[in-house]
Amino acid sequence: MSDERSGANILVESLVRQGVEFVFGYPGGAVLPIYDALFGDERLRHILVRHEAGAAHAAEGYARSTGKPGVVLVTSGPGATNAITGIADAYMDSIPLVVISGQVATNLIGSDGFQEADTVGISRHCTKHNYLVKDPADLAAVIDEAFQIATTGRPGPVLIDIPKNVQVATATWSDAPIQRRDRYVPRLRADTNEIAEAIEMIASARAPVLYTGGGVINSGPHATALLRELQAKTGAPVTSTLMGLGAFPADHADWLGMLGMHGTYEANLAMNQADLIVCVGARFDDRVTGRLDAFAPNSKKIHIDIDRASINKIVPVDLPLVGDCGEILSQLLEAWGTRAPQDLSGWKTRIDTWRERNSLAYPGNTAAIMPQHAVERLFELTKAKDPIIATEVGQHQMWAAQYFHFFGPNKWLTSGGLGTMGYGLPAAIGAQLGNPDSLVIDIAGDASIQMNIQEMGTASQYRLPVKVFILNNEWMGMVRQWQELTYESRYSNSYSSSLPDFVTLAEAYGWKGIRIENEGQLDAGIEEMMAYQGPVIVDCRVAKESNCFPMIPSGAAHTEMILYGDAVAGTLDDAAKALV
Amino acid sequence: MMQIKQEVEERHVLTVMVDNEAGILAKIAGLFTARGYNIDSLTVADITENHSVSRITIVTHGPPSQIDQIHAQLERLVPVHKVVDLTEAGPHVQRELALIKVAGVGEKRVEALRVADVFRAKAVDTTTSSFVFELTGSPEKIDSFVAIMRELGLVEVGRTGIVAMMRGAEEA
Ligand SMILES: Cc1ncc(C[n+]2csc(CCOP(=O)(O)OP(=O)(O)O)c2C)c(N)n1
Ligand SMILES: [Mg+2]
Repeated sequence: MSDERSGANILVESLVRQGVEFVFGYPGGAVLPIYDALFGDERLRHILVRHEAGAAHAAEGYARSTGKPGVVLVTSGPGATNAITGIADAYMDSIPLVVISGQVATNLIGSDGFQEADTVGISRHCTKHNYLVKDPADLAAVIDEAFQIATTGRPGPVLIDIPKNVQVATATWSDAPIQRRDRYVPRLRADTNEIAEAIEMIASARAPVLYTGGGVINSGPHATALLRELQAKTGAPVTSTLMGLGAFPADHADWLGMLGMHGTYEANLAMNQADLIVCVGARFDDRVTGRLDAFAPNSKKIHIDIDRASINKIVPVDLPLVGDCGEILSQLLEAWGTRAPQDLSGWKTRIDTWRERNSLAYPGNTAAIMPQHAVERLFELTKAKDPIIATEVGQHQMWAAQYFHFFGPNKWLTSGGLGTMGYGLPAAIGAQLGNPDSLVIDIAGDASIQMNIQEMGTASQYRLPVKVFILNNEWMGMVRQWQELTYESRYSNSYSSSLPDFVTLAEAYGWKGIRIENEGQLDAGIEEMMAYQGPVIVDCRVAKESNCFPMIPSGAAHTEMILYGDAVAGTLDDAAKALV
Repeated sequence: MMQIKQEVEERHVLTVMVDNEAGILAKIAGLFTARGYNIDSLTVADITENHSVSRITIVTHGPPSQIDQIHAQLERLVPVHKVVDLTEAGPHVQRELALIKVAGVGEKRVEALRVADVFRAKAVDTTTSSFVFELTGSPEKIDSFVAIMRELGLVEVGRTGIVAMMRGAEEA
């Protein structure tokens, strides 16, 4: 069947054809035809956010927790520019998004028209690909390709800018499947001889480490299962980046914990002393490697990544395997066959001595709740429900990564690459929509939560029972910590002055508000939060000047970790200060 | 005191086949600025009958690891079909076209014409007091011609940037 339809209608039909459930958006002049096409259409559920950054982060949370692409709809000009932070966030963390933005009519483009912004230009370097559609006849094919690009290869955001007259003008819509251009064909599998070489390297390693990242999660739950299988076959200990948490179960005897700047002592020392590092879907980020010339100095390195540009970008590797993590893990498993694992007992004994440092230990406190303890209790009391955890950015994010434990993929939503404060609440909203029966908690900081606090209204409107657990230390704690450690405690503009009363704020939005002020109230407060059917803010007052350790100071090697109780000079040389 | 480190750099010539779509040049030029790569020259023109594919020649310089990254980053762009690093791939020819305006009278004018002849530059415009020479060749050849003309009344130079191609019968 084919008939003549408006561009706006073609867009809506195309989204339905892609199986889209939710569109996270905000209306405006340049998208009114699309909003009119959505009116009364039951096939798509439009989620009205309160700020376009919220739309993009909510779509990210939906995508990360369901494995499906998130869809965003914003108007031209300020609508599009507001969404940019979320788009850039998705780009850094390889989250599949399709973002539709309105644009002024084609005849007005370039005239500084009302609410005109060069959205394609602005988003060029924070999208995987973007389009300006000038003819409604191109729309169906562009949308089809946009979903393909967003979700295959290394996932990422794709933006489609649609001028208002293109939404109104008509073109022929056909039910027939789209003929794809086939210009985007990511490589999925490695060559057999590369796999054989990898097996040789893994089988002969005496001190191997599996260093896994967000790519394992992006590859899908089967990749997680294959990773566990490969680990079982080889016996290699596993560490993960911030983005990869959940790919390997945190209660496994060979789990080393997270690595990097706030990683565990055993994870970082194992990386430093390994003779073979098998990087699976991670990218040697500076937060992970520390000082490059001291990073894993005596190891051979295998790097599995679907993005060839990630290989040798920062750390030169001995054997690149370009392809999808899941595919390559299954190739490795097949080639491994029935080999027996190496005897790694010597290596594991060394790792055990590093574990004995107990690097996540923190001092007790009788006067205030230690934030680490609050996360531990939150974990203990909620783990039976297998919750989805979102975070904001700061110390609380690192404490969540360190003290909350994950056992499966798609349960951990955090802004890793861009480190965007304000990510967590909208991401939790998106995750709750995609997982209506799950317990979704945003572990937040007092400063970050204010960056997209308006999204409380969205949760109220759609009756989403998200929980926001604020580790309220009255500081931009992570900034304060760096100022303490590197600028001799000159706390320039890092105090959270004039904080709102989060409990009454919650009530103002129709949420429940709970305040936890001392240890005696901690468990009861968490239980009360869980027992409440609707959305809740918990204002958990914690020790104000706790620091997040272990920590590798910027410019330092993995072997130069600071643990609780270590003396810290409070200064850094200029070269180290120049690093972020 | 903090110093910024420098690394040994190489000059490479890359050819890039791209879909001829709006914004592609901005995308490629922007990739170079966003990631701090160098562009020494960049030429582009469509090369297929239906104008659907363009061929871009980029001359860049940087440390070998960066050249490899440039290659990979270019390949990652959706509209890019193929990237060839001619400097890696082997013997190739590089050509550039320049227009060089020289003004002068008497001895200098005669000398300019004589040098142009040696370089096989063609006078494409002549007045009683000036020439516009057209010169095609390797960038080095154009450099040395321009250097000589500087002494003989050089007014203006326009250069296309290079286009390059593998030697031999095969497509790169
Ligand atoms: C949008 C944005 N602006 C600034 C920063 C820099 N930054 C990183 S952590 C942080 C403080 C966060 O404070 P809070 O949310 O209270 O978390 P805490 O560290 O206290 O747990 C800041 C300002 C950022 N990451 N994102
Ligand atoms: Mg704080």
